[in-house]
Amino acid sequence: MAKFTKKKDGDLPAVSTASLPDIVFMLLFFFMTVTTMKDSSLMVANTLPNASEIKKLEKKDRVIYIYVGTPTQEYQKVFGTEPKIQLNDKFANVDEVGSFILAERAKKPQELQNVLTTALKVDKDANMGLITDIKQQLREVNALKVNYTTYEGDAFNNLQ
Amino acid sequence: MPRRKGAPEVNAGSMADIAFLLLIFFLVTTTIETDAGLDRMLPPIEPPDQDVVIKQKNIFTVNINKNGQLLVEDNLMEMKDLRKAATAFLENGADGTCTYCKGKKDPSSSDNPTKAIISLKNDRETKYSTYITVQNELVGAYNDLRNREAQRLYGKDFTDMEADYLDPETPSSIRDDLKDKVKRIQDMFPQKLSEAETTTN
Repeated sequence: MAKFTKKKDGDLPAVSTASLPDIVFMLLFFFMTVTTMKDSSLMVANTLPNASEIKKLEKKDRVIYIYVGTPTQEYQKVFGTEPKIQLNDKFANVDEVGSFILAERAKKPQELQNVLTTALKVDKDANMGLITDIKQQLREVNALKVNYTTYEGDAFNNLQ
Repeated sequence: MPRRKGAPEVNAGSMADIAFLLLIFFLVTTTIETDAGLDRMLPPIEPPDQDVVIKQKNIFTVNINKNGQLLVEDNLMEMKDLRKAATAFLENGADGTCTYCKGKKDPSSSDNPTKAIISLKNDRETKYSTYITVQNELVGAYNDLRNREAQRLYGKDFTDMEADYLDPETPSSIRDDLKDKVKRIQDMFPQKLSEAETTTN
């Protein structure tokens, strides 16, 4: 039994740290690949107008995005050059906006369902007709809080 | 004591912890740039139970046609004059109950800020950018008045106070204090911006 008590005091076994960089890099790569910027690839031209009296959109989990604009070059053959609505990753018609909002709302946790904001990211060259139709749809599903997303800047630049 | 084998080895076992700490810190703090824009409330779809009678003089009509021209109170107006006109209308205070208004008290314009309504109409072919500019100017008119009152009462801009109030990182003690102030200013100039359904022709 004398063998077990042979340890000298004050002699810590050194931890091998040779594999540490590997572990950290593995983690880093994991997060790099897993993270998707949920800014679903834009299929419409989206140059927002400028405004100066803006408020920040806090809390991304409470926002539903609707994109409007003319389809980008690669989609123009199929979808034409008139401004279209993009919901998530696909083009949609005006009458699908309501059901989209309801579906998105159902995905959110219960306590957030009443405080959702709809962010309208609309290209500055779009016509108000389409926006009015969207607003009507939003009113029908009682999604009354909207945010016209803009860039910060002088609003008079829009007019040129 | 004389040194024998150069510098002693540093224990690097806790390096992993430090690296993870850093990794987690960056994971948590990384936020993709936040969007900003004009916040608006849409009117509910169900009409109010009884018809509210609003005097014509309390309504400030803004019409945008498809070429982006403005018709304000039946007169053609340049975009740059809109904010001033809206401000003048909001703080007109014809019935004299508004003590903080500095308007002209013109009897043919709004009675007091709580009754004043701005009605915005647009054509279906109006460009979105024009519409946003008009919205911006009208919200700007409200903000100008609210800032003025907030400066007078609290020595701070209303927009800054509101931004602090809405910022989730503001400590709750400050937020509670701001809540009443923000509410008070909002009640002085309530934002009554109505958007009628658009005309088709």
